[in-house]
Amino acid sequence: MAKYIIKRIITAIPLILAISILCFVLMNLAPYDAIDTMIKPGMSDEVVALMRAKYGYDRPAYIQYLSWLNGILHGEFGYSIVTKQSISLDLSTRIVNTIKLILPSYLTAYVLSIVLGLVAGSHKNKWQDKLIDGFASIGIATPTFWVSMLLIYIFGYKLRLLPIIGMHTIGKEGSILDFLQHFVLPYVVLVIAFMPDLIRYVRSSTITQFSEDYVMVQRAFGASRTEIMFKHVCKNVLLPVITKLGMAIPMLITGAIITETIFSWPGIGPYFTTAVNGLDYPVVMAILLLSSGMVIIGNLVADILCCLTDPRIKEMG
Amino acid sequence: MQMEKKTKKNRQRRMENVIVALKNDKLSIFAIVWLIVLIVIALIAPLLPLDPITTDTTSMLKGISSAHWCGTDELGRDYFARLIYGGRVSLMVGVLAMLASASIGILVGTVAGYCGGIVDSILMRIVDVLHSIPWLILVTVVSLFLKRGIQSIIIVIGLFTWMGTARLTRAETLSIKEREYIQYAKFMGVPMWRIILFHVIPSAFPTIIIVATTSIADAIMTESALSFLGLGIVQPDTSWGSLLQRAQTYLQRSIHMAVLPGILIILTVFSFNKLGNLLRIYVEPRISEGDSE
Repeated sequence: MAKYIIKRIITAIPLILAISILCFVLMNLAPYDAIDTMIKPGMSDEVVALMRAKYGYDRPAYIQYLSWLNGILHGEFGYSIVTKQSISLDLSTRIVNTIKLILPSYLTAYVLSIVLGLVAGSHKNKWQDKLIDGFASIGIATPTFWVSMLLIYIFGYKLRLLPIIGMHTIGKEGSILDFLQHFVLPYVVLVIAFMPDLIRYVRSSTITQFSEDYVMVQRAFGASRTEIMFKHVCKNVLLPVITKLGMAIPMLITGAIITETIFSWPGIGPYFTTAVNGLDYPVVMAILLLSSGMVIIGNLVADILCCLTDPRIKEMG
Repeated sequence: MQMEKKTKKNRQRRMENVIVALKNDKLSIFAIVWLIVLIVIALIAPLLPLDPITTDTTSMLKGISSAHWCGTDELGRDYFARLIYGGRVSLMVGVLAMLASASIGILVGTVAGYCGGIVDSILMRIVDVLHSIPWLILVTVVSLFLKRGIQSIIIVIGLFTWMGTARLTRAETLSIKEREYIQYAKFMGVPMWRIILFHVIPSAFPTIIIVATTSIADAIMTESALSFLGLGIVQPDTSWGSLLQRAQTYLQRSIHMAVLPGILIILTVFSFNKLGNLLRIYVEPRISEGDSE
């Protein structure tokens, strides 16, 4: 088991390295770099060359890559071209805001989906199933930004109940009530956005479990449906669902880019979209690298969780 | 002769499965009808008496009326016509992006699966790397390097959403290449590209077509998200996504501009997903047998 986990970690490292190389190449393909933004009209070519040397842009690409990578390993992502701010500093405050929004939304969606998925799966082709599955298939087809727009229209413009921009009203940064008012709309949107996928997953694995032989045996022995459901099926459905938690780790950063942008929530979303629209390459690449790193870590955690919860894999490893 | 009868019977049974599924699920019938209507309208739109271009400053941001079935936009253009022309672009992007991504996915998948060994490892590691980057980030970053417009959005979506198709086709190829007729063709010295093109791909085609259908839906969703962020379709072209982006500005005054394109996106994506599901029932009878239980 430990051997399996170590093996998984070792295979993840080259993947992360490959992505960092990809990011670096993309950044270098960009039509201009950080130095170009520092140049002022009156500067002579010598000064520009000196500045390039000072920031290390005169060195060969692979040395630049290694020093960039070295910086990242020490938590230093460099500086934004547009605002000249330290990217690590910006990211650290914004990630916290994003997590504040996504973590409660995802957990709510997770619990609701498990319940709804089990209900739908155990009442296959009955009205409960048709209702829940119908909701899930329409939900998958619904753009989240459209839901956000409708909610903004109804609660922000028509009923004037809730604020629609930002995380705090200016001057009320400490008030929890104020935070919650800002929090409700994006929270609801994200819960709706996260649910359909999870519901379908839980539903289909419940259906698969119910068609297994052991259910038939239990029934032959006269066990009631609820008994089978809670004693056996539930357990087998929940095991793979736990591993979904690992795969959700990257969502903590990039799960709400569009929703955050619409509600101007001061998280990663608006930071990323402003950087993209302002061609702020170092910021974009930092987020690209960070989010892909999270995906790899997430898959790793999912595999380990799977291994811990399912004894059959332990034997194989 | 007997063989022929068997395949015919088999096909009949598959069709029956689909018909049973259709009877149980009225939404699927609706989905198919919707897709047919949508595609026909998109194809014949230039022949219809619709004018999405003429502006009319006397009737701006008007709601639904008999003169304008779906109201007007911020320049007084007929919103019904704009929705239909937007749908043309959305559908076109969906289909062409699907074709691009399916071609790359099939090529990579079959070559990796058929060759095996080092070629397989390299190609699949590339798939792993691309798969590790969240799609929205990946597509956005690449769109940075291209001039915004219809061509680039098709290229971007096509180039970076083929990984799922590649994995599936590879898995199919791995099992297909063990079959006797492929072994025989190999033994006869048929070149690799011929075997892949004439033997492997046709056998894997059913799986491919299912993936392709759902990937049209995904491409339409991706396009609308990108256009909404201002990274996809830009003026003067319109798609449902870019209509929604403009609607955001006038949300308070004319909600119809936001509601209508959204409903069209939902209906269309939903229908393509349903169609994919029906094709799956046709191709994999096992699933439908489990269904009718």
